[in-house]
Amino acid sequence: MSTLFSKANKEALINPLNLNNPVVMQVLGICSALAVTAKLEPAIVMGLSVTIITAFSNLIISLLRNTIPNRIRIIVQLVVVAALVTIVSQVLKAFAYDVSVQLSVYVGLIITNCILMGRLEAFAMMNKPWPSFLDGIGNGIGYAIILIIVGFCRELLGSGTLLNIQIVPDWCYEHGYVNNGMMTMPAMSLIIVGCVIWAHRAYNKDLV
Amino acid sequence: MNSLRKYFDKIKPNFEEGGKLHAFRSLYDGFETFAFVPNTTARVGGTHIHDAIDSKRIMSLVVIALVPALLFGMYNVGYQNALAAGQLENATFWGMFFFGFLAVLPKLIVSYVVGLGIEFTVAQWKNEEIQEGFLVSGIIIPMIVPVNTPLWMLAIAVAFSVIFAKEIFGGTGMNIFNVALITRAFLFFSYPSSMTGDDTVWVAQNAIWGLGFDVPDTFSAATPLGEIAAGLTAPTTSFCDQVIGLIPGSIGETSVIAIALGACLLLWTGVASWKTMLSVFVGGALTGWCYNALGLSTLDACQHIVLGGFCFGAVFMATDPVTSARTEGGKWIYGFLIGFVAVTVRVLNPGYPEGMMLAILLMNLFAPLIDYCFVSRNISRRAKRAIK
Repeated sequence: MSTLFSKANKEALINPLNLNNPVVMQVLGICSALAVTAKLEPAIVMGLSVTIITAFSNLIISLLRNTIPNRIRIIVQLVVVAALVTIVSQVLKAFAYDVSVQLSVYVGLIITNCILMGRLEAFAMMNKPWPSFLDGIGNGIGYAIILIIVGFCRELLGSGTLLNIQIVPDWCYEHGYVNNGMMTMPAMSLIIVGCVIWAHRAYNKDLV
Repeated sequence: MNSLRKYFDKIKPNFEEGGKLHAFRSLYDGFETFAFVPNTTARVGGTHIHDAIDSKRIMSLVVIALVPALLFGMYNVGYQNALAAGQLENATFWGMFFFGFLAVLPKLIVSYVVGLGIEFTVAQWKNEEIQEGFLVSGIIIPMIVPVNTPLWMLAIAVAFSVIFAKEIFGGTGMNIFNVALITRAFLFFSYPSSMTGDDTVWVAQNAIWGLGFDVPDTFSAATPLGEIAAGLTAPTTSFCDQVIGLIPGSIGETSVIAIALGACLLLWTGVASWKTMLSVFVGGALTGWCYNALGLSTLDACQHIVLGGFCFGAVFMATDPVTSARTEGGKWIYGFLIGFVAVTVRVLNPGYPEGMMLAILLMNLFAPLIDYCFVSRNISRRAKRAIK
């Protein structure tokens, strides 16, 4: 176990959660952060899906890394990712149909998610399977955290609910409270991501 | 004036380093420099020129220019209320005015308290001199919203726009977008039912402190542009009323005459650029005339200019020296496109009866690009001249 969670491996897992977060530090995967975060539930499912796909595609590519010819590596990576995305998409359709309808094309578009290709190119192609797997999980969760924060704010302020359970009490509405319609528009998630980045940089001063 | 100066001098030590009210230093500084022109001169050495009036004085001029429209807006709030209640013959001029005054005053206070509160806090926190830009935004904001906008919505929108449209970019003079318009855009997209939605937002519904009248629940009044968007071929109000401003609409935007008074002051003192202002009107009129000739719009060019927020936007917001184009040639294009986009949105987009806000915000975005093109054209022209 000591080698399984050596310092380097731990860093591969922990770093993407905070100091090297794919969304707020590298500003990758923004498109889906805009598209699926109007409600918390799809945001969570999307985060989970990306975590699983990143982890396993990292693992598989890392296993294959010595046999992939360099000139066609992108197409090989795409085949692996596409296969995994198809599996996840089918599983969602089978077991969580409502959410998969809400996510619509964005599950399929995980194939083009910059975080995936970035991790495959930058990490899995030159590291052993186990660290690559951890790196995939770390980056996936780092992405999921931001999605969940954005989804939380947008659903609470835009619809007054969380996971479709009403949070804002009725007497608020009776006294004239109105849900913020702009929160349900994609533009607002950019501003929330911006706020997250602001807070993150303010907290970690050395990143500025 | 002398006693005020003495009072300022007397309390000054409290706000200096080590004084007991040091935490409110920027508050003191803001009020002192607002009341008295600071006695600073250019540093010795190098070439520095201090203009005779500083930005606080310019801002005060704009505020003065806005006062006629604001006062008329107050009167119109009362007038619309009396008209809706069917009590016009029982209402007195002062009764209607004070009703409007009471309806508008809370918005003015909320706008200033929230906006200036954030400005003072940021100035204190960053240890900077207080910026006065909100002086104008704070009075414009209540004038461009419907009279029934809830105060908490206004507070949130003001906070949002001061933080995200201004302080983020570095404070007064650094903002890309007009702060007052961002406030309105935030309200417009966040709470559409309170901004345009049903037509009950434009007329104050309830009596305040015994002034004004309770309007029947079923009453609704659309703005002339709203009526056109709803499919009418001509507004139900007369052209004369539209020019004077006795029509439903946002508080300060209805009266062309009151806005014209402000425009005269701005142009006479040179605070606003006549090129921008003129080209907005030219752009709007030409575009309106084209759409009318093509049969796309039932309003003629004249009505397009008179109705909605066109005049208000052209005079007070398109000419905002911070967010508009700064090159002299750029001002023509900038203004013309504002007029063009505003009328185009009105005519071609059935979802938005009014396009002035979107037009100015869009052109705010393009102003730096317009300036860049003009500057680089100038540079290349001069370079050619030098080579010859």
